Amino acid sequence: MSAIGSKGLILDENLLFERSTVGRCGYDLPVLDVPATQPESGLLRNSIEGFPELSEVDVVRHYTRLSTWNYGVDSGFYPLGSCTMKYNPKINEVVARLPGFAHLHPATPDHLSQGSLRLMYELQQALCEISGFPALTLQPSAGAHGEFAGMLMVHAWHHARGNKRHKVLIPDTAHGTNPATAALCGYEVVPIASDGVLSVEAVATAMDDDVAALMVTNPNTLGLFETNIREICELVHSRGGLVYCDGANLNALLGACRPGDLGIDVMHFNLHKTFSTPHGGGGPGAGPVGVSESLEPFLPIPVIVKEGTSYRLETDRAHSIGRLRTFASQFGILVRAYAYLLAMGPRGLKKATQLAVLNANYIRARLEGSYHLPYKQRSLHEVVFSDAGLPNDCHTLDIAKRLLDYGYHPPTIYFPLVVHGALMIEPTETESKQEIDEFCDALIAIAEEAKTNPHLLHEAPINARTRRLDETQAARKPKLKWDSRVG
Amino acid sequence: MRYLPHSDLEIQSMLKTIGVEQLEELFIGIPENCRLPRALDLDGPLAEAELLRRFQSMAAANAADDSWSQFLGGGYYDHHIPAVIDHLISRSEFYTAYTPYQPEISQGTLQAIYEFQTLICQLTGLDVANASLYDGASACAEAVLMSLRCGRNRTKILLSRGVHPRYREVIATYVRYLDVELIEVPLRADGQTDEKLVAELLAADVAALVVGYPNYLGVVEEIDALAKLAHSSGARMLVAAAEPLAMALYRSPGELGADIVVGEGQSFGLPLTYGGPGVGFIAARQQDMRSLPGRLVGETVDKDGERGFVLTLATREQHIRREKATSNICSNQGICAVMVSIYLALLGKNGLPQLARDNYSRAAYLREQIAALPGYSLPFSAPFFNEFVVSCSQPAAEVLQRLEQQKILAGISLLDDYPEIKNGLLICVTEQNDRAQLDGLVSALNGGAA
Repeated sequence: MSAIGSKGLILDENLLFERSTVGRCGYDLPVLDVPATQPESGLLRNSIEGFPELSEVDVVRHYTRLSTWNYGVDSGFYPLGSCTMKYNPKINEVVARLPGFAHLHPATPDHLSQGSLRLMYELQQALCEISGFPALTLQPSAGAHGEFAGMLMVHAWHHARGNKRHKVLIPDTAHGTNPATAALCGYEVVPIASDGVLSVEAVATAMDDDVAALMVTNPNTLGLFETNIREICELVHSRGGLVYCDGANLNALLGACRPGDLGIDVMHFNLHKTFSTPHGGGGPGAGPVGVSESLEPFLPIPVIVKEGTSYRLETDRAHSIGRLRTFASQFGILVRAYAYLLAMGPRGLKKATQLAVLNANYIRARLEGSYHLPYKQRSLHEVVFSDAGLPNDCHTLDIAKRLLDYGYHPPTIYFPLVVHGALMIEPTETESKQEIDEFCDALIAIAEEAKTNPHLLHEAPINARTRRLDETQAARKPKLKWDSRVG
Repeated sequence: MRYLPHSDLEIQSMLKTIGVEQLEELFIGIPENCRLPRALDLDGPLAEAELLRRFQSMAAANAADDSWSQFLGGGYYDHHIPAVIDHLISRSEFYTAYTPYQPEISQGTLQAIYEFQTLICQLTGLDVANASLYDGASACAEAVLMSLRCGRNRTKILLSRGVHPRYREVIATYVRYLDVELIEVPLRADGQTDEKLVAELLAADVAALVVGYPNYLGVVEEIDALAKLAHSSGARMLVAAAEPLAMALYRSPGELGADIVVGEGQSFGLPLTYGGPGVGFIAARQQDMRSLPGRLVGETVDKDGERGFVLTLATREQHIRREKATSNICSNQGICAVMVSIYLALLGKNGLPQLARDNYSRAAYLREQIAALPGYSLPFSAPFFNEFVVSCSQPAAEVLQRLEQQKILAGISLLDDYPEIKNGLLICVTEQNDRAQLDGLVSALNGGAA
């Protein structure tokens, strides 16, 4: 690696409010062709204090400049473990914007929304086939929202059997949001230690008649398949509990394994991860949930029903946990996910999983001599290294920031919590051998710099838009909005 | 497989480096009894041209083209979307980026969200706002949970019957297994929340009073009087805006005493897309800042003292003390929040109030015309914004069906949600409905041609 990522033309850009000039406006209204009316004056607002005044070109330049300070999947490799940042196909954006989809009001009667309902129904069927669950809801708005829906259904199932339970078991290799979700559903969280993979014994020791469910991530956050999952499901069921699976890592299993076949009762998908919809700087996502037959009556409303050749949204379901969002789904995200699914087909999905696992194992092989590998088992789609053994007070954060200088988004850092100083790399299938090789070269060079020139790591990044940011000050003296008085 | 870059030769070379012969060997971690022994039974693969045709045919089966005139509101509004918005958010550095965990290369998203937080504060008249929630209903449910956290031992929520019926259902889902009681407050004959009943129901164990502004039936509530009542018993005043554009015309909820304001931001530049994705916003007072759910962006400095932005106050989140997290929220509606900001920046201080005034004038014109028709009456006398209820002499479903023949979607029947309103129909008007459409609806309601 000879050159460090080149420094481009970085334009300064103030906040919208600082660019404002009195009297500008970037929008013209159609002529008012009815009489102008004023409501009662006591109710009226004088002005929106502080709101910006900008022309259309001001706004276009502002956001165009801001966009250049960002790094996206289209800019380069994004090896974020457990976040599955694969390439976002452009046709997905085109089909989601088809006027027939984009202009459909959610209150349009079912018989005039057949195209959207059909798409949702077909996607639902496809996800059932992929996951092995007999029933599914598309309603949840994100993975964590899906977890919430799933755990509410677990709660409702116990409730319907007159069996109130209070605890949820969560292994240390589970996804970050799982304990928070269990707590949100009113459960007490009981952590279980694992040795990379969860043992039947560990679950047996923690399992009792007050445990409502086990929440497991499979493959887990170390990229390891939970090899005892069938036995663990049997054990939990034998004590009257249910098994929740966090499906965030489904990218490792397409066409290879169906969680629903293993005894798992409920699982969420992250459509924005596995099915290639863009993350949008934080969202929107979509988090459908698949369930076993016994949980089907508890699915959130509305449920999409097919009758003959037509579709409708059903709301009259006695045992449903209720509604999770205003309208049926993040429909625009579902369109993109279904487009990806159809573009790939069954062979393509299986191949995607194979290549994702190939890429992860290739990175593992190439970096094993340079970075410490805490778990030696063969991992699937992601691989976790640590900063153990790095000299000169160089740590994971320094490696991450130095990677920015080499032109890469860093991997997930300090997660999973079971690995001290973790670097969790998930390449996904859409990265080529060249990309992966260049990335590995950069990481190897950084390990070398840690030995010979550690201040490069401590000073990094030097070529990004900003130098290392003071997160402590941000938290200690929170400044969460622009204020004209403070300036 | 157009999205997969590997050639067979490259695959072979990589396998060699790993030290295995076949791709299948990489799956050794999955026990045999967990493997799927067959191929998935799915459609595809489809070429791009095939895909496009298939989706076009599905999209064409929806009543969403220009030949329809529609008056549907009820929480999602058909406003014109400036071309600038799609152009800017299609910049892939915005839409293909992840949550800005690495601030040094995410300043674009971070500054845009910081501006979104500021715009929402200015619009609502409150001190802090977060980086957005899933949608209006889930934001409202999160705000209810927030008021319970702030109110400590308070376990009751007073919920006006004027709050969006779907929001009320979602709140019920969120608190289903918590020790919380939801108490409905009926509406008065004029369409506003019954203040007398609020006063009677308020007690020391009420955490929040939740009221729409405007409410689902289009009525503008008297927030100041209700807020005074709520505060007198130590409860939070929670305002759920059905159509946040109304805040550009009417006094801000913050100015009127609201403690928490939530709503759906779809009105500000997001396509209808059959109800999602939208964007939920939530704003609160300074004192409740640490109880706000979801992501927050804060200002700070970098090593050289330059201004920069980071995700902050993350101790409330799921990263640390996971089981003690304030909420389980991980995703926000990032790109949708940026769309809202672009929209608000374009319309700005002068354009947004003017748009609100025009929407009001159009709705007022239509309302007056319909009231003059035989067989239709206005049940509510309270102030309104861009939608209003009409009582029909026939069942609303029959009226709607008749108008559908003339390619008019005339409104939303209130039969299921408000059976107490006789043959109620909720009609919504935006700047997209020109005079010809408004007159066409009046004529069609009157039994004539559109």
